[in-house]
Formats: sequence, structure tokens, C-alpha cells
Amino acid sequence: MTKRPAVSANKLLIAVCLSALSLFVWWAVWFMASGSLMSLEELNYTLGPVFGSAEGYAYWPIIPSWPTLQPIAELLLDTPVFFAMYWNSFKLVIPSVAGQLIIGAPAAWALSRLKLKRKKLLTAVYIILMLMPFQVAMVPNYLVISKLGIMDTIWAIILPFAFSAFPVFIMMKGFDSVPASLIEAAAIDGASHFRIFVSIGLPLGLPGILSALVLGFLECWNAIEQPMAFLNDSSKWPLSLYLPQIVAEKLGLAMASSLMVLVPAVLVFLFGQKHLELGIQATGVKE
Amino acid sequence: MRKTTLLKDHRGKAFASESKIALGFLAPSIIGLSAFYVLPFADTVRRSFYDARGKSFIGLSGYKSVLSNAAFKLAAANTARFAFLCIPLLLAISLAIALMARAIRPAGTAFKTSFLLPIAVPVASIVLLWQVLFSHKGLANALLIKLGAGPIDFIGSSSAFWVLIFTYIWKNSGYNMVLWLAGLDSIPDSRYEAARVDGANAWQSFCYITMPGLFPTMGLVAILSLLNSFKVFREAYLVAGAYPHDSIYLLQHLFNNWYQNLDISRLCAAATLLCIALLFAALMLHQILQGESS
Repeated sequence: MTKRPAVSANKLLIAVCLSALSLFVWWAVWFMASGSLMSLEELNYTLGPVFGSAEGYAYWPIIPSWPTLQPIAELLLDTPVFFAMYWNSFKLVIPSVAGQLIIGAPAAWALSRLKLKRKKLLTAVYIILMLMPFQVAMVPNYLVISKLGIMDTIWAIILPFAFSAFPVFIMMKGFDSVPASLIEAAAIDGASHFRIFVSIGLPLGLPGILSALVLGFLECWNAIEQPMAFLNDSSKWPLSLYLPQIVAEKLGLAMASSLMVLVPAVLVFLFGQKHLELGIQATGVKE
Repeated sequence: MRKTTLLKDHRGKAFASESKIALGFLAPSIIGLSAFYVLPFADTVRRSFYDARGKSFIGLSGYKSVLSNAAFKLAAANTARFAFLCIPLLLAISLAIALMARAIRPAGTAFKTSFLLPIAVPVASIVLLWQVLFSHKGLANALLIKLGAGPIDFIGSSSAFWVLIFTYIWKNSGYNMVLWLAGLDSIPDSRYEAARVDGANAWQSFCYITMPGLFPTMGLVAILSLLNSFKVFREAYLVAGAYPHDSIYLLQHLFNNWYQNLDISRLCAAATLLCIALLFAALMLHQILQGESS
């Protein structure tokens, strides 16, 4: 390590730079974690100025002076509405992601590995649809949802998510890297297309699939626009839409519930991170 | 030998039937996409040429009314300004991070987790943090005052625009960093070695090997960044509400407000315009970067 001091000094400088930049991320996570361990008295003292309940300016200690589990306990034990919203989020996210898998994976396999007339055109349509933000899809979705009579039900959120083109694209890129020789060998052995998809495509395309599912989970967990547009009844709202409303009312609860929203997302992220990276990388490779 | 001829035979006969099977694999997805996106979008375009009740043909006057609307002009200009500023900034910053992380491999790649993590931090959690950081009496102003500067109204003034840019970069640099790293990995090491032998310095090999080698990646990174730039609406809306400061009144706010007012006929024209603009932008990016790479 000490053989070439000039190079390692350079590398040290780069490492310091990157660490400093990553502090932006870690500080934010630490803020949520330490904030939910703070007593309400301390929160009122440190953040009171922001929410108008104290004089002066806000400040934030590196660690809470008197760590306590009281806000989290209060949230988990005495706040039934929080559980209702938490459950609402899962009711939207799980069917959406399951739909993306069941509908998207076979479609992606066909676009990636099966012979198909007008495949290029079809792939282009998927890519164009993937590029459209919610604002373009809002009116079209609204027209269908109101025609089907599912406005103000969870299906108004789930169905557009389940059919979205983005997971198909990511899974397709993942399937592209399945070795052709394996598929041909299985075909010679007389395996059906469905069998090849299930026993070769799914296991070997797993990085792409998991990556699509992790991104799909995060997208749906964070959905703001869709529930705001298609769910009028606030008792059906997911946490993402409801949480900002309690911030103003109850600081301690807001802190604790911010952390509780963060936890599932971060767990899914950490669980799928390796595949997520592979999947993102695969989308970057030119066809 | 026999096997390969058999295989070819099999392939020739199988094409038509495989195409049918492929359609079977695609059917649920195609039906869903048609039902929820493609067909209703066609209906949206059709409606944009009709009056609010969908009865009488009004030609382009719906578009004229949208394009002359002051709120639309403001929102479109802000959205364009945001995209033109934040996308190049994000591309440069995430590339710098990727290059730095690669320079200190393998330790550097451990930073991937750090920079990717923000995509997992829910908007709802960020909102509380942003209020604490950027409100009048928040932490950012406390720091500024300690440094001897005056307090800044981050959310209620044109500074809000920069807070939004910062949010966007904070959130997306990890995703782009991973894309860049894939692009960097695809440049063969032998090219760098040849350049080194020829006496090229680090800056020269960056300009003549790294940059051209990254062009194919850049198109996709730019297009995905454009798509993600629309998602800053979530933070903007939750922090500043449906009518934020003029500098961050984006098309997303406008669409949302018109939707809440059930102004569907104007929305149809606006959605069609946005779709055309985005297609045009994506095609341009694709074209420019394709041209550069060949």
C-alpha cells in the first residue's frame, strides 16, 4: 500500500470526496432514524421553530440526548389510522407488483427470445409507452377507469400499474443475456416454449425480473399522483399520500411514521440491490 | 451434423407457429396496454379536437386555447427550464461520481449502495426532512446565519427551483452512476493501455477514449433522466402544495389542477402536446447521440 505514495494520496482524496458526497444520503437516513428515537419534548425543542411552536432556529443534534422508543410505541400501539394506511399501501403495492410479474414476464420473454412477426415495431411501442410520464397517461387512464366503473377503488391504481411497460422493458433486457445455446438444447430435447420459459428463462433471467420488481415496488410504494387522481375516498389512501398531512399535526408521530415508511422500502432495496444493479446495467447496454 | 440439419428444418417450419405462441405470451400485456394506454390515448387525441361535451368538432381551437393559456405557458417554460438545467447537471455529476468510484476500485464500488439508497427513500419521508431543512427557520437557514449570511426563503421564492434541482440530483445520481459504470465497463482496457503507451495523459484518454466510448450509454441515460425528471412533482407537491411559487409551477402541477377542476377537454389537448414534445425530445436525443457514436 505504501509503495507508491503519490497514487495512494490521490486515491485517498477521491475516497474522501466520495465519502463527503455520500454524507448527503447518510445524514438524511440518520435524521429519520435518530428523529424517531427522540422524545416529543426534545423534538419540540429542536424542530419547534420550523413548525411554529418555538422561537429561534431549528437545530439537530448528532445523537438524541435522551433516546426513547416512546414515539414508535405510540405509533404502533395507539394509532389505528396509521395501520389502516399502512395496510392500504400494501393492498395497492402487492397486487400491482404481482401483476407486473405475471403479465410482464411472459411478454418480456416473447419480445426477447421468441420469433415474432413485427417484433421491432412492438418493442418500439413498449419503449415509447415506457417513456411517457403519468401526466400523459392521466386522461387515458381516467377515461378507462371511469368507463369500467372502478373509479375510487384500488383497481384504479393496481390495473394501470400492473400493465405498465417499464417492467417489461427491464425484464426483456434481463432475458437478452440468457445464453442461446441453452434454449436451443432444450428445444432439441423437445421442451415446449412454455417449459423453456419456466425452467430456463425464469431462473436465468432472475436479475432482470427482480430488478423490475424492486423498481416496481418502489414506484408503487411512492405513488402520489395516481391515488390523488383516482381515489377520492381518503380512507383508501396509501401512506405516501396520507403521511404529509400528519406532519403538521403531530411531530413525534410524523417522525416515527416517516421511519416506518422508509423501512419496507429500504429492506426491499437491500434485498434486491445486487439484482437491481444488474438490471439497471442491462438497460444501459445497447441492443 | 444430422442434429443441425434437423434443427434448421425444425426452425424453418416452426417460425409461423412460434410467432403464434409468442403472441400468446404477449396477449395479456398487449390487451392491458391497449385497454389502459393505447386506445384511450387515441380517444384522448380525438377528444382534443372536439368541444367539452365531445359533440361538435372544433378543430385546433382547443390547442389554441391551451397554448395561449398563461398558466400553461408558465408551466411549460418552467418544465423545459428544469429539464434543460437538471439533466446536463445530473449527467455530469453522476458521471463524475462513477469515474471516481471506478478510480478506486474495488473499494469505490461500495459507494454504489450509498448513492442508490435515495431511490428507496420514500417521498413521504423526504418531505418531512425537506421541511426541516428548508423552511424559514429550518436547518439550512440556521447554518447560513451561523456563517454570517442572511436567511433565504427556500420554498416561497425562486430558490425553490434550486431546491427542486438539488432533490432531483440527490435522488437520481445513484441510478445514473450504475448506468455509467456499465458503460465504462464496456470500453476495452486495451484502448487505455495503447493510449498510455503513446504517452497520452489522463485528460487526453478521457477525451479521446472514455467520452466517445460512453456515447451509446449517454442516449439512454439522458432519456431515462428526462423520464425521471417528471417525478420531482411528488416532492414539489407535497412540500409546496398545488400552487407553489411561480418558479416551480410545473406542467405536472397544471395537469393536476386541471384534472381536479375536471377540465378534461383542455387536458386532452395538453396531454397530446406533451406526448408529442416528449417523443420529439427522445428522438432528438437518440438521433444526436447515435450520430456522434458512429
